[in-house]
Amino acid sequence: MKAAVIVFPGSNRERDAVAALEAASGTKPHLVWHRDTELPKVDLILVPGGFSYGDYLRSGAMAAHSPIMREVKARADQGVRVLGICNGFQIITEAGLLPGALMRNAKLKFICRTVHLRVENTDSPFTAKYRKGQIVRYPVAHGDGNYWTDAETVKRLDGEGQVAFRYVSDEGSADPRWNPNDWNPNGSLDSIAGIFNAKRTVLGLMPHPEDAVSAFHGNTDGKPMFDGLVEALS
Amino acid sequence: MTTAQQPEVSLEMAREFGLSEGEYNSALEILGRKPTYTELGIISVMWSEHCSYKSSKKWLMTLPTTGPQVICGPGENAGVVDAGDGDAIIFKMESHNHPSYIEPFQGAATGVGGILRDVFTMGARPIANMNALRFGSPEHPKTRHLVSGVVAGIAHYGNCVGVPTIGGETNFHPAYNGNILVNAMTVGVAKADRIFYSAAAGIGNPVVYVGSKTGRDGIHGATMASAEFSEDSEEKRPTVQVGDPFTEKLLIEACLELMETDAIVAIQDMGAAGLTSSSVEMAGKGGLGIELVLDDVPMREEGMTPYEIMLSESQERMLIILKPGREEVAKAIFDKWELDFAVIGTLTDTGKLVIKMHGQTWCDMPIAPVSNASPLYDRPWEPTPAAAELEDAVRVLPADRTLGEILEKIVSCPDQASKRWIWEQYDSLVNGDTRYMSGQADAGVVRLPGQTKGIAVTTDCTPRYCLADPVRGGAQAVAEAYRNLSAVGALPLAVTDNMNFGNPEKPRIMGQFVGAIQGMADACRALDFPVVSGNVSLYNETNGEAILPTPAIGAVGLLPDALIAVGIAFRNEGDTILLVGEGTGHLGQSLYLREILGREDGPPPPVDLAVERRNGEFVRGLIAEGLVVSSHDIQDGGLLVTVAEMAMAGGVGAALTGLDGADAGVLFGEDQGRYVLAVRAENAAAVQEKAKAAGVPVSVLGKTNGTALTGRGGEAITIARLKKANEAWLPGYMAAAE
Repeated sequence: MKAAVIVFPGSNRERDAVAALEAASGTKPHLVWHRDTELPKVDLILVPGGFSYGDYLRSGAMAAHSPIMREVKARADQGVRVLGICNGFQIITEAGLLPGALMRNAKLKFICRTVHLRVENTDSPFTAKYRKGQIVRYPVAHGDGNYWTDAETVKRLDGEGQVAFRYVSDEGSADPRWNPNDWNPNGSLDSIAGIFNAKRTVLGLMPHPEDAVSAFHGNTDGKPMFDGLVEALS
Repeated sequence: MTTAQQPEVSLEMAREFGLSEGEYNSALEILGRKPTYTELGIISVMWSEHCSYKSSKKWLMTLPTTGPQVICGPGENAGVVDAGDGDAIIFKMESHNHPSYIEPFQGAATGVGGILRDVFTMGARPIANMNALRFGSPEHPKTRHLVSGVVAGIAHYGNCVGVPTIGGETNFHPAYNGNILVNAMTVGVAKADRIFYSAAAGIGNPVVYVGSKTGRDGIHGATMASAEFSEDSEEKRPTVQVGDPFTEKLLIEACLELMETDAIVAIQDMGAAGLTSSSVEMAGKGGLGIELVLDDVPMREEGMTPYEIMLSESQERMLIILKPGREEVAKAIFDKWELDFAVIGTLTDTGKLVIKMHGQTWCDMPIAPVSNASPLYDRPWEPTPAAAELEDAVRVLPADRTLGEILEKIVSCPDQASKRWIWEQYDSLVNGDTRYMSGQADAGVVRLPGQTKGIAVTTDCTPRYCLADPVRGGAQAVAEAYRNLSAVGALPLAVTDNMNFGNPEKPRIMGQFVGAIQGMADACRALDFPVVSGNVSLYNETNGEAILPTPAIGAVGLLPDALIAVGIAFRNEGDTILLVGEGTGHLGQSLYLREILGREDGPPPPVDLAVERRNGEFVRGLIAEGLVVSSHDIQDGGLLVTVAEMAMAGGVGAALTGLDGADAGVLFGEDQGRYVLAVRAENAAAVQEKAKAAGVPVSVLGKTNGTALTGRGGEAITIARLKKANEAWLPGYMAAAE
């Protein structure tokens, strides 16, 4: 699998992404500067976490207009897989690759902790190595992860299998009305942590699978995502 | 030389700038004339306590600063130690106390920015941040606001620049009501043969300004940090700088990229006193002169005067001396990162600082005579009187409370309660190299990028000990840092100190400073743990009330493989719990005394440095052999609190034996040099054999078991109950404000 990681001014998890991709595929991904206008031929484009342009406007709003994003959108239209993590999710959502918006966390604070997620759909190269309904642990580290969209869209996302991950308690509950243990860290609508586009070729999620891929991390729950991508795209 | 448009200088003005009459007279003597307004401003910051260390230098010189592991000791932007294999670790801790009290969010944020620059200016990529915070009493009306702002400010800056914040400490005490402490530490990694220093060289070489534009923020910040607070301190808000972590992130990447080339002669960040101290220090260290043309400085505001430009503390700026002809190479890099780049002057052979703007000369003064004449004081000091020993009766446990109630009270007191509410606001995981962060181990542990080798980082100080006995308290802070590094298995390398004290012009306060330095020096010597960098923050007083003496110690240790590091959590059922070291049940200045008996008296526990060293070496040896499952040093709250913390962290309880006759001293005494370890039961005998051979007292405390602490009078203290008490206090306290 050949991959490209896009670097914006203010990206800060590109090294984590590179390490996870390289460990899974054995190949170093291309680092592509945001001002470039062309992408090498790749099977996966990863838009990493960070604070692109300081997130001084809406998170991801500036980066969505970087020169490279035109090319990212063109490739996504051709079916090249795109993975947006954290700020990357915000950027590709701002760029129109995914519906909805990421707002300030409900408690208005940045939050870094390990959360439980339920894998909602395994019919994608991103999630094929998980079991449907499997509970996994990924870390989150964000201030603007509160997913919102209109009622009609959320119904469609749910009905069409476009919800990839939901925040759940460690027992696996996803009822957003019951949240005594703070397991939905940001107040996301319908406990949504990650969504696909309609063709399930684009995934955006707030939690960080790339920081849970080794014994060193004390957590390997993110590894199947990268292994699945390598298996599907090699 | 012309002085057009500059206000007339007088003794009265000099006083307003913080100079004494004697200092003003020295300035007149050195220059042979009255200084210009710009010169007076420059001299006053160069001679401020903050920049000149005039009260502290005499004593700082007595700290040990050398050792085979030291590549660069105090005097540069940060200290540098050898981590083997051509790697160097660069680190420093620095205070941003005064600004954080006045404007907590920006004060703390720019504190993080400043310490990051001190480290990457030497060529290091920052890989870990820590912070040591002291706030006033939780009951004080300002405390909530200050906690909330400081933590959000640190998070704002550290998270955006992408450096994990992996630990720290937070205390509360009424003595900090009017002066909080915000001490931030950064650790970076560089190649030992690619370290950048600040001494300018090469007459005619270009002086280059990079980073953010200069504005009017922070003018005379260094002078503010050199005076006591009074009621009108909040009027000083305009002197607090505003931070931009996004620009800092770009500056890190751009500087590290430039450092890959061979274009740099010398580099320094513009910290306190901005362009003044960076240009004067760089030229001064190189024995050269420097001429600046301020028209070329990138400016954010219109109509700035030379005085304002020289004293601005606008953030995210660096001064670089380039090799001749490398301007284009350097400029291309800063253009790529969309940062300002300007040649603003040249190095000269005159030994003078010359400042020109609008075709006029605003400052023309010799650097060395002014720097060398920076006053040094041997301030009068009084030793702190020894505290009376406690009466024996204090060791009797109160009859009206169960052990569970006592333990619950101690683990939920503000100093001991979980700081999760704070550390969850920090990105502790970015870079994917974090092994242990806050709450998981006695020190934060990260691996070096792309390597298996790791470093451990800790910050320590017990101010209540330092108040009762500064010598012992100073030694204890160093010993605790040594112990926290040893407890995770790391070889202690070196120390950075952040000396926070009251007004040094008072002999009692100066005596605290002198005593703490003496204790620290003794401990650093005995433990081969030299001081390689540091910072002094004096005048932490408001309306004559001083803070507790707080010599905060930051320290770094080395792990040949980060994966061998051990955390505090009990992991298995049936592990043998061992006590390493022994004590007499010392309750003076203990948390038990304060929280249960409502007393803050007695002497702090004595520190036997030979025992610290022996026990630390023993524990590190066991961890290196893979014999230790869980490890935690015994500190605040004593033995039982230590075991409770290990149980809470792992969700595994302990069946303790032999506690039936134990008194409060045994259970809650804060005797030094001790650790609690959990080892697999099958290894317990071998560990005890090794202890015997090493002459280290080791005794069996019990075994890990169930979900409660048991073993005394049939009382089972559940982990759930302790955890609830431990976790509830801070979020509950902060929620009351929201």
